[in-house]
Amino acid sequence: MNSYLLVAVGAGAGAPLRFLIDRTVTRLVRHNLPWGTFSVNMVGSIILGALSGALMAGPELALLIGTGFCGALTTYSTFSYESAVLWERGRRSAAMMNIVGSVVVGLGAAVAGFAVGSAFWG
Amino acid sequence: MDPDLPDPTPNPTSTALVLLLIATGGILGALLRYQLGLWWPTPTGHLPWTTLTINVTGCFTIGCFMVTIGAVPRPLLRPFLVTGILGGYTTFSTYTVDLVHLGREGHWVMGIGYGLGTAAAAIAGVLLGMRLGRLLGPESRAVVRQA
Repeated sequence: MNSYLLVAVGAGAGAPLRFLIDRTVTRLVRHNLPWGTFSVNMVGSIILGALSGALMAGPELALLIGTGFCGALTTYSTFSYESAVLWERGRRSAAMMNIVGSVVVGLGAAVAGFAVGSAFWG
Repeated sequence: MDPDLPDPTPNPTSTALVLLLIATGGILGALLRYQLGLWWPTPTGHLPWTTLTINVTGCFTIGCFMVTIGAVPRPLLRPFLVTGILGGYTTFSTYTVDLVHLGREGHWVMGIGYGLGTAAAAIAGVLLGMRLGRLLGPESRAVVRQA
């Protein structure tokens, strides 16, 4: 299958799913921190970590699930924008917590995903 | 608070339209990210400059858009441009997984530099974009509103 088509199919699913997860989490968690974006970024980091650890995953799966789906499911722009807005509104500790928390937990999620991926499909 | 959430859409047709616009924008953004990666691939053990550049330019652009887009009476512009294109263009998962690889390969200093550098440059990019957007845009702070 054409590599561009694989990326497009993955992204076509990942981007709307990000919106739906974000909306659901934001409605459920009535908390003034961007938990919706946090959630999609953690889920995407686990999946991409697992895919990266799975040696059996071929280049087509990497394009479809990795570049396409996980790339579009997760977002750096919204994450940074939300952090910047918290900072501008004077909620500096919340902004720092969002940045440090997302990076640290996201890294942990990717490590965990990688471990699972290499254990089961390595 | 959340720029990914457009105004409430009780009408199911408009929700479907919003999802379609997000998917279309997401595909365009992801294809652009993929193409840039093909043009400038990152060799193993090197700093992922392409992903870093993609994320920082996406952050600058979201800053610009978010302070100007509210002034335009086009409610579907944000789902397409911001949630769709910029969301599909920038990536958090590649960033975290690249950090895992740098760590596994023993490039600790580069990993820490990449991790902190991207986060700092991304925030700086957003703030710079917002500043530029406010300079050029018709409306100012009112646009950064509670959602």
